[in-house]
Amino acid sequence: MPSDAAPGGGAPRPAPNHVLEFPGGYTRSVGPVIGRFLSELRDGRLVGVRTAGGRVLVPPTEHDPATGDDVTGEFVEVGPAGTVTTWSWVPRPAPGHPLRRPFAWALIRPDGADTALLHALDLGEFEEGADPPRPLRTGMRVRPRWRAERTGAIGDIECFRPEVTMIGSPSRLEYGLRPGRALGRFLEGLCEGRILGHRCAACGRVIVPMSGLCPRDGVPTSQEVELPDTGTLTTFTVSHVPDPRAPGVPFVSGHVLLDGAGVTMLALVAGVPAAGVRMGMRVRAAWRPRGEWGRTLANIRWFEPLDEPDVPLAAIGDHL
Amino acid sequence: MRRQVAVVAFAQTRHTAGDGGLQEAEMLAPVIAEVRERTGLRRFGFTCSGSCDYLAGAPFSFVSALDAVGAWPPISESHVEMDAAWALHEAWVRLQHGDVDTALVYGFGKPSQADPRAVFAQQLDPYHLAPLGIDPVSLAALQARAYLERSGATEDDLRAVVARSRASGRGNPFALHLPDPGDTGYDVAPLRACDVAPVTDGAAAIVLAAGDTARGLCGRPAWIAGIDHRSEAHAPGVRDLTRSDAARLAGARAGASGIEVAELHTRFSHEEPILREALGLGGGVEVNPSGGPLSANPEMATGLIRIGEAASRVHDGTAGRTLGHAASGPCLQQNLVCVLAGGGHG
Ligand SMILES: [Zn+2]
Repeated sequence: MPSDAAPGGGAPRPAPNHVLEFPGGYTRSVGPVIGRFLSELRDGRLVGVRTAGGRVLVPPTEHDPATGDDVTGEFVEVGPAGTVTTWSWVPRPAPGHPLRRPFAWALIRPDGADTALLHALDLGEFEEGADPPRPLRTGMRVRPRWRAERTGAIGDIECFRPEVTMIGSPSRLEYGLRPGRALGRFLEGLCEGRILGHRCAACGRVIVPMSGLCPRDGVPTSQEVELPDTGTLTTFTVSHVPDPRAPGVPFVSGHVLLDGAGVTMLALVAGVPAAGVRMGMRVRAAWRPRGEWGRTLANIRWFEPLDEPDVPLAAIGDHL
Repeated sequence: MRRQVAVVAFAQTRHTAGDGGLQEAEMLAPVIAEVRERTGLRRFGFTCSGSCDYLAGAPFSFVSALDAVGAWPPISESHVEMDAAWALHEAWVRLQHGDVDTALVYGFGKPSQADPRAVFAQQLDPYHLAPLGIDPVSLAALQARAYLERSGATEDDLRAVVARSRASGRGNPFALHLPDPGDTGYDVAPLRACDVAPVTDGAAAIVLAAGDTARGLCGRPAWIAGIDHRSEAHAPGVRDLTRSDAARLAGARAGASGIEVAELHTRFSHEEPILREALGLGGGVEVNPSGGPLSANPEMATGLIRIGEAASRVHDGTAGRTLGHAASGPCLQQNLVCVLAGGGHG
């Protein structure tokens, strides 16, 4: 059975053994109406022609398609911006297509026109086979990209492009942060591959990373406790927005309750597909190579699953 | 008063997804032989064919195909550079003259020899469309998008049309037997590969006869109760692509009502709901029980086959009133509707 495996017109064709070609192509008279349209295009303008009924046809034709009557001699500058009235998306351009990367075909009604012009719409770089991008919509506002060298042909417009509706806005501020006494001590521990916490004298819980205070009791803490680098994932979230610290997209971040700790720590979770992450999953810290350690929590790259049964939710219920 | 004319015989090749190793005339000859045998006719009052020189890659290619008919002593012959459904319309008009009683109509195409997308791009307006390099599938996808947005139908609805057509096609010995549509990527979004009629080679022939001649040649002639074709503007940007006014008008003029079975020339899945709406075919109408063009699309014969399949349902008595439809041009620009009816219409 033939299959649907190869969209885009089927299997590659063998080299032809018969070619029909008219080198140089036909010479066509364009007449006064299409001729005017093409001449204006060469000058970088988009014009339509008015019908007796008052509609503006773009591209212009000699006859009103609705009535068959001759159009008037009145040409009207339209656009060049316009609105997409329908579109199709070409994930794998064919050799005759105007763009080598995925692009859209669109019917575009230029501002001031009553009909639509067909052209290619370039939405930027996409990998071959890409699905239609989200901004591509009926109603989208677009503008032509004119060729520098124009000859009086529809290709004088290289393609249309979306109107500018958003800009990128980079921002960067510089700080010199110091960790404070308790956190500084915690970071010192990390430099040695140790995870240090403080036990609260009032409630007995181990606070990690330590801040010198028990957030529940509001009392200073100073009794140091070293914790193992294993724990339980209490809750998590899947993020689809890239982050330079994360292994990729989507990535998982969550709260890890280290064994023996009384509070959870926010951390990345990796080494397991996002769909496989569970509340109650046992995890262990994945440390960076010793040579890369510094005074930073980034010494722990992320937490990875441990081959142990999940912890029942009831057992971590206080931390959810 | 119109002469009563009927489809009295229909034959088609077992269509192939690739070149079957036969030249056009060789592909056609058994089909002509079959309708001759069915009717017992050697010669016809009029002969009309539909084909496309650009598919064959040779000018006047229909002339050499006449070898399959035999043109000596000289015959009365004509040709349309279109789907042979339009040849059938010409033959029907010719029979209205009253001086001949039979006509042979045939169509053939071997799109596998070339790239049909490139071939049919040659049909486009040379000023505004052809220089862009747009192909018929991209144009159809513009229409599909417009239709989906207007109607609220989804891509899954289109896939359901394909699944139903292919399931029917697997029951038709002449069609390609295609699997259930899989989860393939887009060809030109929103159309996937399965939404596009397959490249198919094949041929078909129909014999028309008038009045008592038809009754003598066929037990249950499929009378042409009405036939009409309409065209819209070529430029897609001046039309409402979500509807087919040409199909609506042709259907109304051909008297498309009370239809039990419709064979529609749907080269793309989204064309079926557009045509159903334009032709007023409700949910009770069986559409493309042959599998339709989504199961076999021998260009230039596909529309004629729709009329032949619709006539066959009258011939075998499984339906009393059927409809054959043919389409041509970008985005359903041109539409032909032929309403066929059983006894009582003679
Ligand atoms: Zn406390």
